[in-house]
Amino acid sequence: MDSVGKECNELKHAYENCFNEWFSEGFLKGKKDDPCSELFKTYQECTKKAIKEKNLNLWESQRDVLGTSSEKTAPTSKS
Amino acid sequence: MKYYNLDTVFQFPWEQLAVAFWKRYPNPHSGHVLTEDIIHREVVGNRLFSKRLLTKTEACPKWAEAFMRRVHQVCILEESIIDLDTHTITTYTRNIGLQKYMTLEEKCVYSPSKESSQSSVCERQAWITSKVFGFASAIEQYSYKRFKKHSANAVKGFVYVLKKLYTPEALVSDHNLLSTEKFKETARKAKELAKSKAEMATTQGNRPIVKYCVVAAVSIFCGYHGVCLLQAAVY
Repeated sequence: MDSVGKECNELKHAYENCFNEWFSEGFLKGKKDDPCSELFKTYQECTKKAIKEKNLNLWESQRDVLGTSSEKTAPTSKS
Repeated sequence: MKYYNLDTVFQFPWEQLAVAFWKRYPNPHSGHVLTEDIIHREVVGNRLFSKRLLTKTEACPKWAEAFMRRVHQVCILEESIIDLDTHTITTYTRNIGLQKYMTLEEKCVYSPSKESSQSSVCERQAWITSKVFGFASAIEQYSYKRFKKHSANAVKGFVYVLKKLYTPEALVSDHNLLSTEKFKETARKAKELAKSKAEMATTQGNRPIVKYCVVAAVSIFCGYHGVCLLQAAVY
């Protein structure tokens, strides 16, 4: 799948290959030291620049909702 | 506000779901997803926190074009926590464009099924809210229908990726089944067409009788009501 910035595609795929390998063979088996953090850093720098150039709302995408009081809850009765 | 909830069973263990979760795009049902990026990743204890940014195409309904600019792309942010202790994947997804028209928030919790260690359950909840004066209800209704359709496609796409990774033979048999079903469907349609043509020929043959019956029925009906109306007018 392509990145939001075409110039980031190569960095993205390099990071993804590293991450997918570590995720299934490392993280899920309890090895939590992430060997892909350097690749992620360069990929992220590229993505941030692309997001800014495309005027996408970076602040909103950095805001946490999951695990905070901003999360919606199930209504008491369906509407 | 429109609320939606639905549980989906996946015939795959939790670990396989977790691996496929990061490989779910692209798939044959995700044609509207244009780009995908991980914009945050962090391991805290036994939990992996991530944020995935997706851009998707979004059609705007004709009737809403009066107050909405025609937007063809919308950004979606998916926050997720993969927890090794509880064996859960929790996702919270929301649109980060078009919020002044509508917000769609969805929470999914994937966990191992209580019935079998070889399957998992996804508890999905969604909230659709619009604050556009006078149109809120129509927008919510429209978005709700679209969400249900997209949500079913998302499940189909995820299952496709799971099968591709873990049971490729099932994917081949799915394809064959699909081809057989398509063949059966074509045969059924041909049969129906032949049947309807035969029926039409029979009906055309009987047309004078049908016409006579209709005229008779209408006459009786009008006669009866005519009398009733006359009686009503007299009284």
